[in-house]
Amino acid sequence: MTRRPAPARLSPSDVLRVGAAGLRTRPTRVILSALGIAIGIATMIAVIGISSSSREELLRQLDRLGTNMLTVSAGQTLFGEEAKLPVDAAAMVRRVGPVRTAAATGSVEATVRRTDQIPEAVTGGISVQAATVDLLTTLEGRVVKGTWLNAATEQRPAVVLGSKAAERLGITRTGVQVWMGDRWFTVIGILGPMPLAPEIERSALIGFPAAEKHLGFDGHPTTIYERSAEESVEAVRAVLPRTVNPENPEEVNVSRPSDALAARAAAAGAFTNLLLGLGGVALLVGGVGVANTMVISVLERRKEIGLRRSLGATRGQVRVQFLAESLLLSALGGIAGSVLGALATIGYALSRDWPPVVPPWAIGGAIGATLLVGTVAGLYPAMRAARLSPTVALATT
Amino acid sequence: MTEPYVVELRDVTKVYAGNVQALRGVDLAVGGGELLAIVGPSGSGKSTMLHMIGTLDRPTSGTVRIAGHDVADLSDRELSALRAHHLGFVFQRFHLAPGMTALDNVADGLLYTGIPLRARRERAAAALERVRLGHRLGHRPEQLSGGEQQRVAVARAVAGDPPLLLADEPTGNLDSAAGAEVLRVLRDLHAAGTTIAVITHDMEIAGWCPRQVRVRDGRIVADEGSGRRAPAEITIGARE
Ligand SMILES: Nc1ncnc2c1ncn2[C@@H]1O[C@H](COP(=O)(O)OP(=O)(O)OP(=O)(O)O)[C@@H](O)[C@H]1O
Ligand SMILES: [Mg+2]
Repeated sequence: MTRRPAPARLSPSDVLRVGAAGLRTRPTRVILSALGIAIGIATMIAVIGISSSSREELLRQLDRLGTNMLTVSAGQTLFGEEAKLPVDAAAMVRRVGPVRTAAATGSVEATVRRTDQIPEAVTGGISVQAATVDLLTTLEGRVVKGTWLNAATEQRPAVVLGSKAAERLGITRTGVQVWMGDRWFTVIGILGPMPLAPEIERSALIGFPAAEKHLGFDGHPTTIYERSAEESVEAVRAVLPRTVNPENPEEVNVSRPSDALAARAAAAGAFTNLLLGLGGVALLVGGVGVANTMVISVLERRKEIGLRRSLGATRGQVRVQFLAESLLLSALGGIAGSVLGALATIGYALSRDWPPVVPPWAIGGAIGATLLVGTVAGLYPAMRAARLSPTVALATT
Repeated sequence: MTEPYVVELRDVTKVYAGNVQALRGVDLAVGGGELLAIVGPSGSGKSTMLHMIGTLDRPTSGTVRIAGHDVADLSDRELSALRAHHLGFVFQRFHLAPGMTALDNVADGLLYTGIPLRARRERAAAALERVRLGHRLGHRPEQLSGGEQQRVAVARAVAGDPPLLLADEPTGNLDSAAGAEVLRVLRDLHAAGTTIAVITHDMEIAGWCPRQVRVRDGRIVADEGSGRRAPAEITIGARE
């Protein structure tokens, strides 16, 4: 009795070669149908990459700014009135053990204008605040033009503008005069950005003594800024209300400004779902394109299928050939899309001065999605190719 | 005990959809090393018979034995393996992959035999040598004449040294000179021991073969000559 014939296995490299052979002869169609997949993958990678980059930027900012600052502000009294902090609140906070620095600001009932010709109601959203001299070091802020207040200038009608305040007033240099209350103040400095204290960016800052002397300020601070050792932030937070206002600790609000940044960083990680969904739709359409290309490919290549069957290809080997072709087609799109998406992320991040981040899991996910699409798109055409009877395939004209 | 036949058809019928009776009870035995022509008018069932012998299709009834295997006993996978190792096909159309060199086209014919790529290439080169195309290895089909293309197709069919070569109108698309070239290749293969069945409705080619099987209306009406003898001189074609 003769041995039963057994088909030989195709080596993986042979599977790749027959899969690629079908693509090589139709380059235009390959590019067009891979393009759909590429667009889908590029969109998804770019959406994930850009939001990761923005998050990375926020986290780095947080790192730079530190999370050891607390602010204390006056809340409301039991009767719903605006509460006030005691005049010596900053000094009391400074006495708390782990506290390194503390500074105070107090809202002044005045407006700041370029000239006295502008009506008082037009404030431009700029508030006038009295500030203690140690505010800048506590906020770890920077002066971009001129100087910060010192023991001498805090007595005089001198003002330092926050970055936004200067912008809104249209002031780019020091030495100019602004109208505050009912007199001129000289701008002696302009501050840089203060991500942890955006209210300072929108303020015109003068010394406590000057505020009392020229604008009728009562000397009660409205906000205390304080920095302590990182590890004792929670302990300090617990004692601050009682320290600042022993009689009515409940009228005091303590907050950690870095929490807002941290929350934004967390939110940036949750992608813009709509865009991601759009990428998914593009990927799906790309998959349909690949399936369509494969169906046409099988129809056109019936003779080739018949020939391969006559050469000894099993149904399984024909199926594998077309599946490999479909997978290669979508992998091509996936790779091109990943590169495009990564480039878009890098370009966008660099244009905004962010660190470009393309998470490896996103690339992994893209590859996985691509292979899934390729398999699903190729399955039906491959089955059709395999089911074709050799004689019918060969008889095709 | 006699040597088993390479091909054995016993009372084979084939009925296509629409009650088309392509074969109506065919008995045929082909021994090793024979060269035979299957001739008959168009629609007489020649190609259908070749499909039965080539295990590309199964008979409606009757027995087909190829190289000692009863086709009815084998699964589709096993039939594929049988074709890969025992059978070579040459068709009227050449079925060469465009854009691929003659060498790669022939090497691709061995893809399903389990031979590794390097050895496939070596065998392909040897097969092209046998069909006198050793100087055309790197040419693509569109750079070859029709006769050369058909010889590439023959090389692909015989690269794996199959004991049985089946050719369906191999010269049907060629002028007589190119056809004669192909016949010369078949003659050499026959001399080297390959069993060859050629389908044709060209009486001249049929007459050239040492054995002729005549088919009409799905039946064998005549079976003359002995396939073991050498074929006649090739007088077809302008040259030689
Ligand atoms: N797949 C099929 N379905 C239905 N009928 C078919 C099929 N294949 C062949 N036939 C019919 O079977 C008969 C025999 O066909 P076959 O192809 O074997 O003839 P042939 O002798 O090869 O003819 P030719 O010389 O024209 O190639 C014809 O009547 C043909 O129409
Ligand atoms: Mg025919």
